[in-house]
Amino acid sequence: MNYFPDEVIEHVFDFVTSHRDRNSISLVCKSWFKIERYSRQNVFIGNCYATSPERLLRRFPCFKSLTLKGKPHFADFNLVPHGWGGFVQPWIEALARSRVGLEELRLKRMVVTDESLELLSRSFVNFKSLVLVSCEGFSTDGLASIAANCRHLQDLDLQENDIDDHRGQWLSCFPETSTTLVTLNFACLEGETNLVALERLVARSPNLRSLKLNRTVPLEALARLMACAPQIVELGVGSYEDEQDSESCLRLQAAIRKCTSLRSLSGFLEAAPHCLSAFQPVCHNLTSLNLSYAAEINGSHLIRLIEHCKKLQRLWILDSIGDKGLEVVASTCKELQELRVFPTDLHGGGNAAVTEDGLVAISAGCPKLHSILYFCQQMTNEALITVAKNCPNFIRFRLCILEPHKPDHVTSQPLDEGFGAIVQACKNLKRLSVSGLLTDQVFLYIGMFATQLEMLSIAFAGDTDKGMLYVLNGCKKMRKLEIRDSPFGDAALLADVNKYETMRSLWMSSCEVTLGGCKRLAQKAPWLNVEIINENDNNRMEEENGYEGRQKVDKLYLYRTVVGTRVDAPPFVWIL
Amino acid sequence: MSDKNKTSDDALNFKATELRLGLPGSESPERVDQRFLTLKNLCPVSGAKRVFSNAINGSNKWVFSPGSTTDVNSGSVPVKDHKPGVSVKEKKSSAAAPASKAQVVGWPPIRSFRKNTMASSQSQKQGGNTNPETEEKAKSGPETCLYVKVSMEGAPYLRKIDLKTYKSYVELSSALEKMFSCFTIGPFGSHRRCGRDGLNESRLTNLLSGSVYVVTYEDKDSDWMLVGDVPWEMFICSCKKLRIMKSS
Repeated sequence: MNYFPDEVIEHVFDFVTSHRDRNSISLVCKSWFKIERYSRQNVFIGNCYATSPERLLRRFPCFKSLTLKGKPHFADFNLVPHGWGGFVQPWIEALARSRVGLEELRLKRMVVTDESLELLSRSFVNFKSLVLVSCEGFSTDGLASIAANCRHLQDLDLQENDIDDHRGQWLSCFPETSTTLVTLNFACLEGETNLVALERLVARSPNLRSLKLNRTVPLEALARLMACAPQIVELGVGSYEDEQDSESCLRLQAAIRKCTSLRSLSGFLEAAPHCLSAFQPVCHNLTSLNLSYAAEINGSHLIRLIEHCKKLQRLWILDSIGDKGLEVVASTCKELQELRVFPTDLHGGGNAAVTEDGLVAISAGCPKLHSILYFCQQMTNEALITVAKNCPNFIRFRLCILEPHKPDHVTSQPLDEGFGAIVQACKNLKRLSVSGLLTDQVFLYIGMFATQLEMLSIAFAGDTDKGMLYVLNGCKKMRKLEIRDSPFGDAALLADVNKYETMRSLWMSSCEVTLGGCKRLAQKAPWLNVEIINENDNNRMEEENGYEGRQKVDKLYLYRTVVGTRVDAPPFVWIL
Repeated sequence: MSDKNKTSDDALNFKATELRLGLPGSESPERVDQRFLTLKNLCPVSGAKRVFSNAINGSNKWVFSPGSTTDVNSGSVPVKDHKPGVSVKEKKSSAAAPASKAQVVGWPPIRSFRKNTMASSQSQKQGGNTNPETEEKAKSGPETCLYVKVSMEGAPYLRKIDLKTYKSYVELSSALEKMFSCFTIGPFGSHRRCGRDGLNESRLTNLLSGSVYVVTYEDKDSDWMLVGDVPWEMFICSCKKLRIMKSS
């Protein structure tokens, strides 16, 4: 069957790095399956409960990098109660017992404990890279173990985690001999760090490319750090609260001018408005700018900076930039690929900072734009139709109108036509979030046109089960569907049970599905875990006479799995 | 803040925040401001500890500070005596638009990390800002969210609540009680407190596991403080975590 020896085939496979492509390769024939599994270096598990550590080790004995995701996406918005699951401990224990030479661990929305981190740090001699995104359950003590025990640590990247900061000396735990750091990101820590230890660490790390500080690192420390690390490529500024012409400020400006490799700026968690001007010398080279936490910097300062950022590819900003500011972005940033505009006013009561005009301006001015997340208070169908015409290249389109059920503010119509235009024009659309007043019609469009759609987020939308059915029937590549506060019920849920085998997961909360419907689904599909999350203790899902089947389920989360019901579910999770 | 301060010195009740010597729980009656008290028809505990209590007649409220529960609405600090709007996850109608935008759980879809970071930088703006314009905006403008963890001694898991959805200790206590009431149902135990109202006492003892709970919080200096000492506004600015502990 094979015309080449295995080693040659394996070498060819080395060039195939995407896990999806490797999954496809492994399906070709038994021989390729075997070669592929022994040579797979990076394993990606999108739902930690879809499989088990044992199965992972059986199939891929030689992997070096593991990516695991735990809680469903809506956990980011507090919809999943604490203690639901996503524990990394069993994984680390199993890997530690085996002979796997783990070098990289990337976790998202998982529960990590200090014990897990300690075990991790002691079990893998060549461990190099730890990336934790939106995780929780650990403290700086766990970080201390990592720092102390991982002799070859290159990346310690903590993104938006909930970490218990003991304000200890974890930074001092990096041994003096440790010189291998490439990435150090502790922006999400709340407490003070040992600045002396930090400076020494940075000074002895010649490979350091990415340094993201937390809010307690003051300006003067930043100046010294940048002077130690002129090779820096990504910088996350902590606090920047000094006087405009203070000595620290001047020293910082001098240091910045030497950082000729700087391409990415972020942080500014506590920032005085004037601080941005210090970074103007590096603007013309910046490809990534994240000012979405800088609440105190107003629109005009932002604009003055962005005017110089002609090479910007990624921009995360607050809506204080305004429509005018977005017009400046549109005329300046011709390389822009990804834009995120976050709200400063979370409840839509204040000034309408950005509107549909800003979105249209961006779509007209930035031909390479393919990903957008846009929070606003109003939208029109006309604007969306224009955006679709200007920008047919969207891969990710997420629009969040802050007020649920809000119609087109000019015509008072639902926004079905606008979103319909988006899905029709953007043939490569993979991710979509809809909002505003929407009827079943928009889902008809989505089912018809969004053929590549993999992830769809629905909130406060639709009229009847038909809406959800259009999506389930039409979107053949759907992987993750998450729905909240929409009137979809059992009929839609049960229409095509086999569909869920092609998807990673389905989330439905505050919809019309009933306990009876969920039970029927669980019966028909034993390869699914159907979880009912019911944290309201007064509302226990008990068998009440005759009403049981019709009891509405508050939160439903179902996912395909090859390992059956999980054993670590808390009491408020009922797995049918 | 300044206007409010002038006319409502009373409301802040500086007397209550005055430092005094004394054993914990042994508050002299006049020290406790009636307006920060809790509920209409309950306070079995006299002059003593802050308790986590439950009443069988359905007005499930529990007490932060002792004293009589006279009309709590007399002060200029409005104390809402109804069910807090926060526990929306319980009975939300999926079809109707939410009654109050601020109350919908998980909306807008912004990560709590981001919400909390924005909230703390904005509350700092409120505190230290001298620009009257921005101060005004900060006061009346964005109602950001402030999620804090709530743990209870002996409970297997923690909860998270958004402090900004409550306006007073009353609402908070009501919500916390609802969240944790399942853990307080236990065997009949001996009680150390003397109830004013014998009827209430027996109801209480039926539901409590025999211990008395106090609510504490971790403030910005990482000290653990007893809830209820400071005015509500001050409390939410400095509270980072809540912990319900057994007092003994």
